[in-house]
Amino acid sequence: MKSLIGLFLIIATTIHANEQKITLSSTTSTQNSGLYDYILPIFTAETGISVKVVAVGTGQAIRIAKNGDADALLVHHRPSEDAFIAENYGIQRFDVMYNDFVLIGPKTDGIIFHNLNEFFNTAQISGSLDFVSRGDDSGTHKKELELWDYFNKMPPLGKWYREIGSGMGATLNMASATNSYTLSDRGTWLSFGNKGDLVIKWAGDLIMKNPYGLILVNPDKFPHTHSKQARIFANWITSPKGQKVIGNFRVDGKQLFCPDSDKEKKSRLACPAQ
Amino acid sequence: MVCVLLCDGTNFSTITPRASPRQQERLFLEILNTTLQLITSGDATLWGIVALSLRISLSATLIAALLAIPLGTGLAMGRFLGRRVIIMLSSSLMALPPVVVGLAIYLLLSRAGPFGEYGLLFTPTAMIIAQSVLIFPIILALTTEAVSPLEQTYRPLLHSVNASHWFRLKTLIIDARFAIFTALLAGFGRAIAEVGAVIIVGGNIAGLTRVMTTTIALETSKGNLELALALGLILISLAIIVNTIIHSLKSIGQKYQRTSR
Repeated sequence: MKSLIGLFLIIATTIHANEQKITLSSTTSTQNSGLYDYILPIFTAETGISVKVVAVGTGQAIRIAKNGDADALLVHHRPSEDAFIAENYGIQRFDVMYNDFVLIGPKTDGIIFHNLNEFFNTAQISGSLDFVSRGDDSGTHKKELELWDYFNKMPPLGKWYREIGSGMGATLNMASATNSYTLSDRGTWLSFGNKGDLVIKWAGDLIMKNPYGLILVNPDKFPHTHSKQARIFANWITSPKGQKVIGNFRVDGKQLFCPDSDKEKKSRLACPAQ
Repeated sequence: MVCVLLCDGTNFSTITPRASPRQQERLFLEILNTTLQLITSGDATLWGIVALSLRISLSATLIAALLAIPLGTGLAMGRFLGRRVIIMLSSSLMALPPVVVGLAIYLLLSRAGPFGEYGLLFTPTAMIIAQSVLIFPIILALTTEAVSPLEQTYRPLLHSVNASHWFRLKTLIIDARFAIFTALLAGFGRAIAEVGAVIIVGGNIAGLTRVMTTTIALETSKGNLELALALGLILISLAIIVNTIIHSLKSIGQKYQRTSR
């Protein structure tokens, strides 16, 4: 019996005394692409700080940070990011990187459109195509709703429009299995392994830009956060060294994210020029 | 299109559409091949994930068992008001959805929650807690179920020797141990297979809280379906190994029991 209690105690007490650790609340799009697996070991080797990444949708990532359960936030929806800082949860935002959103659809479906406006209007009127929506309050979902609103001024309705409330990968899996259209960030799309008949149907408009920002969580609000280590991370990822590492990240020889902290280069759009 | 169960990302699986029987065969071989490669490669990350899965689920089973076995036996022995209600409640709670347990534990352990100061969210400890809560009703209800008939038989005997409560409890647990083993296996099976609770309270952090099921969910969402299924095969093999060990212990025990009498 004594040994059982001892065993119980050993199991119940997990050591988490590592002070050189930060929790980064982030998005599935950055995690699924493999970016963190590439850049974080380099950061840890240089600074001795390890980064625990919790990857969820942008909406949930912000909720986690608002509860004080993360030291920093790396997401991609500017209005939500600005609101986060305005509500005093974050102290500073850094431009980190960007890529773009791409419209994904079946390779040969005979649907022809010449610009995004045409696509978003044809889709709703003709009903000849299916569209899978994230529907999970993520950055990509918010962007998609923005696009419908911008081109159509009408909320999508009908059986052809499926809101599945899942991550980008699950959404792409469903689009692939049903030959539907969907909106994806370029990073997840390029590293996605189950493309089937899907291809990029449209990309490159300025409205499709997808910027990622890093926000430091307010240590006055959450004194337990590792604000010093989080700032070291922010400084590193926006430094020329960190930016170069981001630019060097490749999947199948293709660049997925473009460094963005250098103010002069901001005018360029679809940086992974493909 | 094949969308198994709820298409919510965790249970979502697709099989390449329009595959001819030949292609399907090839897909199956590919999965087997990936599995074998994974196992033989001796990949440290994979074994880390397997070890963490086992550590978390076995710990949760142990903790839940330490509480549920005495309580379940007590429930079988007791003759008090509300006993039926508790038994019914515990068997209903066997259907607790893991996501709900995960969410509840998440809210309790979050910095904004009542136990936030301990900083347990996104740690293996949080995952052990969630799984313990999830399987406690399973072990409790199955133990009560297993002990009840035995208790009926033993009651007059134990009563006649005026046995203490402690002695009755011990006797019943020891004599019902094989059925209780099955309750433990059911609890362990639920714990190692669930993904909804651990992904919420653990956060699926690489190298820290990533277990078999959350890896499978992640690889599925990356579209690496062969790899995800290969990991699934490894998970099932693990369950078979654990079950085999318990069952052989059981049969050795039963043999010993027969010869010693």
